[in-house]
Amino acid sequence: MKGSIYEVMAVIGQAIINNKQLLTDLDAAIGDGDHGINMARGFEAVGAKLQSLEPDKDIGTILKTVGMTLITSVGGASGPLYGTAFLRAANLGLGRYELDKEIAANMLAVAITGIKERGKATRGEKTMLDVLEPAYDAFVEAAGAQKSLIECLESACESARLGVEFTKTIVATKGRASYLGERSIGHQDPGATSSYIMLQTLLEYIRC
Amino acid sequence: MVGVVIVSHSKKVAEGIREMALQMARPEQQIIAAGGMDNGSIGTDVHKVSEAIKSANMGDGVVVMVDLGSAVMTTDTALEMLEEEIRGKVKIADAPILEGAISAVVEASLGSSLATVVSTAEGARNLKKC
Repeated sequence: MKGSIYEVMAVIGQAIINNKQLLTDLDAAIGDGDHGINMARGFEAVGAKLQSLEPDKDIGTILKTVGMTLITSVGGASGPLYGTAFLRAANLGLGRYELDKEIAANMLAVAITGIKERGKATRGEKTMLDVLEPAYDAFVEAAGAQKSLIECLESACESARLGVEFTKTIVATKGRASYLGERSIGHQDPGATSSYIMLQTLLEYIRC
Repeated sequence: MVGVVIVSHSKKVAEGIREMALQMARPEQQIIAAGGMDNGSIGTDVHKVSEAIKSANMGDGVVVMVDLGSAVMTTDTALEMLEEEIRGKVKIADAPILEGAISAVVEASLGSSLATVVSTAEGARNLKKC
């Protein structure tokens, strides 16, 4: 079903699966080398689970299914983190079939809060938050300037891309990479990268 | 008696720690290993952890021993999925997993409260080895 959240999640899942090797290589450099494998396993499970759902379900139901499936199938930290993010966003999508800028921004906000609470993390620790928070800020700023949804997402993705670059310059203080201390500098964060891939894929999907 | 759950990314680690802890335990004590993913790969599994907590609970609560990072997140997530009644009686110990598990098992075998078992487990952090 073109233009549905069902299809969006399938496309995002495929993008993660396609980037399995990249994410695993990034994680092998500074972590335990399983981010790509775990995320691909999670989104393969999501794909199978979504197929068992009617594609015309509301946004909340689809996102809740994604979140629960990630929590139970990923196996690494990204499972509870992304799973919590999707579950929080799902609450705002219950009974909805369409998204506007305001709801999209609110979903991103509650997803970020979920990740912060679950990971007890803040921005600047070389994590997915270094992508998601700047992306959210850029999205809200563009929305405030009356930009279209696509333009808001474009701003968000550009800030997300810069966020990934920023993670190369800082020391990891959360997660497995924190065991490396200074040696984590120079490497981009795998979780930040998977967050960027999701946002960029969403933008590309909406563009065409 | 307080139950003990051992959450590790590795099935072998969790089972190995359980095995060592059992040497110090009373026969009726519940010590449950929740290591690795369902298919045996390295990782932590929310379902496995929540089932382990349920089995370990004999009414006096459960202390959960964890290894690295996401073991804590997985346990927190598992707790959110459990009934309120049991959730209030579960505590994660901020302790080294092996030494903490053994300290917890010994303290629990004395019939101590959950708070005491957690505090003894966390005390394992200061054990001198040489």
